[in-house]
Amino acid sequence: MNQLSLAGLGRLAALLFLGMPLAGALAGESGEYVAVPGGVFQSALRYEDVKDGVRIASFALMRAPVTNEQLLAFVKANPAWRRDRVPSVFAESRFLSHWKGPVELGPQALPQQPVTWVSWFAAGAYCEAQGARLPTWSEWEFAAAADETRTDARRDPAWRERILDWYSRPSTSALPRVGLQAPNAYGVQDLHGLVWEWTGDFSSLLVSGDNRNQGDADDTRFCGAGAISMKDNDDYAVMMRVAMLSSLEGADATANLGFRCAKDLP
Amino acid sequence: MTKMNSIAAFALAACLPCGAIAQPLKPGVLPSDSVYLLPLTLTDQDGIVHEWNSYRGKPRLVTMFYTSCQYICPLIIDAGKAIERSLTPAQLQRLGVVMISLDPARDSATALKETAAKRRIDTARWSLVAPPAADVRAAAAVLGIRYRQLADGDFNHTSVLILLDPDGRVLARTEQMGSNSDPGFLDAVRRATDGGP
Repeated sequence: MNQLSLAGLGRLAALLFLGMPLAGALAGESGEYVAVPGGVFQSALRYEDVKDGVRIASFALMRAPVTNEQLLAFVKANPAWRRDRVPSVFAESRFLSHWKGPVELGPQALPQQPVTWVSWFAAGAYCEAQGARLPTWSEWEFAAAADETRTDARRDPAWRERILDWYSRPSTSALPRVGLQAPNAYGVQDLHGLVWEWTGDFSSLLVSGDNRNQGDADDTRFCGAGAISMKDNDDYAVMMRVAMLSSLEGADATANLGFRCAKDLP
Repeated sequence: MTKMNSIAAFALAACLPCGAIAQPLKPGVLPSDSVYLLPLTLTDQDGIVHEWNSYRGKPRLVTMFYTSCQYICPLIIDAGKAIERSLTPAQLQRLGVVMISLDPARDSATALKETAAKRRIDTARWSLVAPPAADVRAAAAVLGIRYRQLADGDFNHTSVLILLDPDGRVLARTEQMGSNSDPGFLDAVRRATDGGP
């Protein structure tokens, strides 16, 4: 966990660059942010109104998804978010239902596992308390296009195969802890292969319910043209995530949906 | 998004029966599923700032729109007017309408007022309001409204009328826009505005 590597030093530098307290870095690697340099990105989604790629400003992204332990600390500090106190308009009844108690993790929620059963409102509140925010969909897709060595590995059939393999695995087994998978080219871990993640703009994914799996646009539900369709039907990661996020409401919580936070870079 | 943390404070206020932190002007405790639990300030067509929860107390039709919308948004207004035309004068008096802008960058009080005038909206019963830009996504989320701003500044958005009870619970919703009202939705509005305790 605490091995001192060049990558670790780089991450520490990024952390200091962000003005994060050093104590945060020493407390453990989770909660740490890494810088993701921006760029122009060809999304796997087809946006009718965006022709030349999505422009992404440089941002910082949590190295790993938020853990049960981290969310527990937040709930203890902000008891309004206890599962027995939070209004249902912000979190449905299954919110943190795998915890043993409102402020107790228990055997179904190990400290280093990514937190799941968490609503968009709660995820946003957690990030805001860290001086952060949820990433946008585009930021998530941009960072998640990388493999261990390339910032955009999406054309590689082997990479796609790995991702498809995860999505086709049954989700009944217990979640591994965060940070076990090799960091991608930005130093970010677990964007694939662990949990699905909220984005701040999840409700901007306008995909019709009937055609969700194909991602075909159905404009009639929305004002004007430009519902989203898939440009690349082989990009399973994006297709599955969009199908998931476009079906959710802000108070929803599911067994495999967690989150991580992001920050603007100066 | 930046308002998320104040949700915590507000939720705390709402969940404590004592109401120690609750807004002094709001006697009683909102139900757990009330959309009015979202901390939100709204600026109306006259430039007056309202707390979102100040709209409690009577049933309301709520929707999200933007004034520069050419196609669907006029139909949303038509849908609201069609509902009103189907009500008795007594029912009409008991109903309020709140149209929340998705586009606070452009929907100033002046822009909202112009739309109200152009569309002959009675601002005694209807409020055209804009939230702070950072709070639009959360406002849409409690209302189950999805939207995306397009490159040209227009918005794709769910076009929906939502009927709230006096405490801000969702009673009914319809995506049928224009002058032909959804019969089930109209019935719900009639029930909500019929007499009362």
